[in-house]
Amino acid sequence: MQLPDVKEKWTSKINTVTIGATKDQGGTRGKTVTVGGASTLPFLKFEGEIPHKPVIAGFVSDVVPDWPEPILGAIGKEVNSPVEWAQKNVQEFGVDLISLKMIGADPAGKNAKPEECAKVVEQVLQAVDVPLIIWGCGDDEKDNHILPECSQAGKGENCLIGSAKESNYMTVVAICKADKHKIISEAPVDINIGKQVNILLQDAGYDLKDVVMFQTTAALGYGFDYVYTIIERCRIAGLKGDNLMAAPQICDVAGETYRVKEAVADEDVLPGWGKLEKRGAMWEAACAEGYLQAGSDIFVMAQPNAIKSVRKTIDTLL
Amino acid sequence: MILIGERVNAGFKDVKNAIINKDGNVIKEWARKQSEVGASYIDVNLGTASNKPEDLCWMIELVQEVVDTPISIDNNKPNMLKDAMKVCKKPPLVNSTTAVEEKMNQLFPIVAEYNASIIGLVMDETGSPANADKRVENAAKLMEKAMEFGLSPDQLYLDPIVMPLNCMQQQAKEILAAANQFQLFSDPPCHIVCGLTNISSGAKHTHIINRVFMTMMIANGCDAVICNVLDEELVNTILTAELIMNKAIYADSYIEAFRKKAKG
Repeated sequence: MQLPDVKEKWTSKINTVTIGATKDQGGTRGKTVTVGGASTLPFLKFEGEIPHKPVIAGFVSDVVPDWPEPILGAIGKEVNSPVEWAQKNVQEFGVDLISLKMIGADPAGKNAKPEECAKVVEQVLQAVDVPLIIWGCGDDEKDNHILPECSQAGKGENCLIGSAKESNYMTVVAICKADKHKIISEAPVDINIGKQVNILLQDAGYDLKDVVMFQTTAALGYGFDYVYTIIERCRIAGLKGDNLMAAPQICDVAGETYRVKEAVADEDVLPGWGKLEKRGAMWEAACAEGYLQAGSDIFVMAQPNAIKSVRKTIDTLL
Repeated sequence: MILIGERVNAGFKDVKNAIINKDGNVIKEWARKQSEVGASYIDVNLGTASNKPEDLCWMIELVQEVVDTPISIDNNKPNMLKDAMKVCKKPPLVNSTTAVEEKMNQLFPIVAEYNASIIGLVMDETGSPANADKRVENAAKLMEKAMEFGLSPDQLYLDPIVMPLNCMQQQAKEILAAANQFQLFSDPPCHIVCGLTNISSGAKHTHIINRVFMTMMIANGCDAVICNVLDEELVNTILTAELIMNKAIYADSYIEAFRKKAKG
């Protein structure tokens, strides 16, 4: 008996988004990074095309993040300087691009000024030649002040700017159109709001082919399954022809992982859980590899061993 | 939902006159209007205005001059179809065949050759089916024959044959039951289409009958419809019913987004 063909046939594909601009394209990057373009679910090469592998963006912040010593120690003393941290990410950890977050701008923290943030963007762009993702601090009002300055500092470099939400999308659209950057559209673990933000971006005149979706990111054990399902549903909707959901997706794995106790508390607090030095990296890698299966395209990661492990998975499966 | 715009049809006086007088503007205008509101196919029907293949081709070419929406060729004569297929820029939808052996043997090979799709009316030599069982039986014949000619399920649109509510009231329930069973023939299923306006033919409150019946058809697996795509409330009803059936992802502005996409 002939076995029936069980391959899925999709009618559409995920958008292709390129980040970064080389000299010829009006920027100064040594290379660009392209994600998306898949016409099937992750790793199912026999069903469709997967022209671009998922990529890893090295986590960098303007100030040292509030992470435990074993994690920061694994990265090295370079965490104290965004420039050196970015360089180490590229040269030693082998990341594809840099994700720069302006934690220091948070009004509840150091409250860094917009021009200070812009200076960091400039310095990082000079220090490395890979494409750049730029995030605000997460406070909408403050981000409305810092993102325009950061965007201006990266003008022409075709950065990926995060993030546009229902509450602040107009500012982000305006600066990204003016300075020619790509946009991260963000929704709080809510596929319906995710779609709505994309509709709003489109209504504001922004081309959805230049958008990467961000359904925030849940660390392993803290709502991981909710985000996993949403990422998967977004990808399926995109493949089925819903052009509002066909954007590639990004996960801030490092930013979320080192906020949960399993990835920050050492053995003295969690007896029997093993050394944090190893466990933190494992938590980060396991989280990323889960979202890899769900269909995300860009992974913001920090711990070198975690990066190595996820890279190996990507290369083995694709 | 696959929306098949019904308006370029010689059953409408203005289109009939346009064909007789060779006035292309009327046809172009209806093609443009229907495409702008999101039609997936423009149905082109020559009716009784002519029986010449060149007139059918002329109509198709006029539509393709103004829009790039694919054509639904509303004709079942093999010689007409063969000519019409050649002028279609995108794979068309043939409207339609019955489950009559001879008809299927004539039309399915043409559809297969042009990688087109076809609507299969679930009627046979004995005429229109009177109950759900007969509809399902004829649908199975269509499905089997289509597979025989190498068509995939998504190239076949099963039409349960909608009948007027005002004189054949007992049929609506049978049609819904039949559509529901069509879904079980294959995985992935074939399309299920209906000629919507038949349900309200001759009735007084046509709009509400169309909308309610459409909703119930969608609940029973219908994913394509030949209708007045310019009826905004009908299209809104369809979009909403599809969300309720979890066929699309909800967003607050789902109606506005559909209109915007339609306008390009």
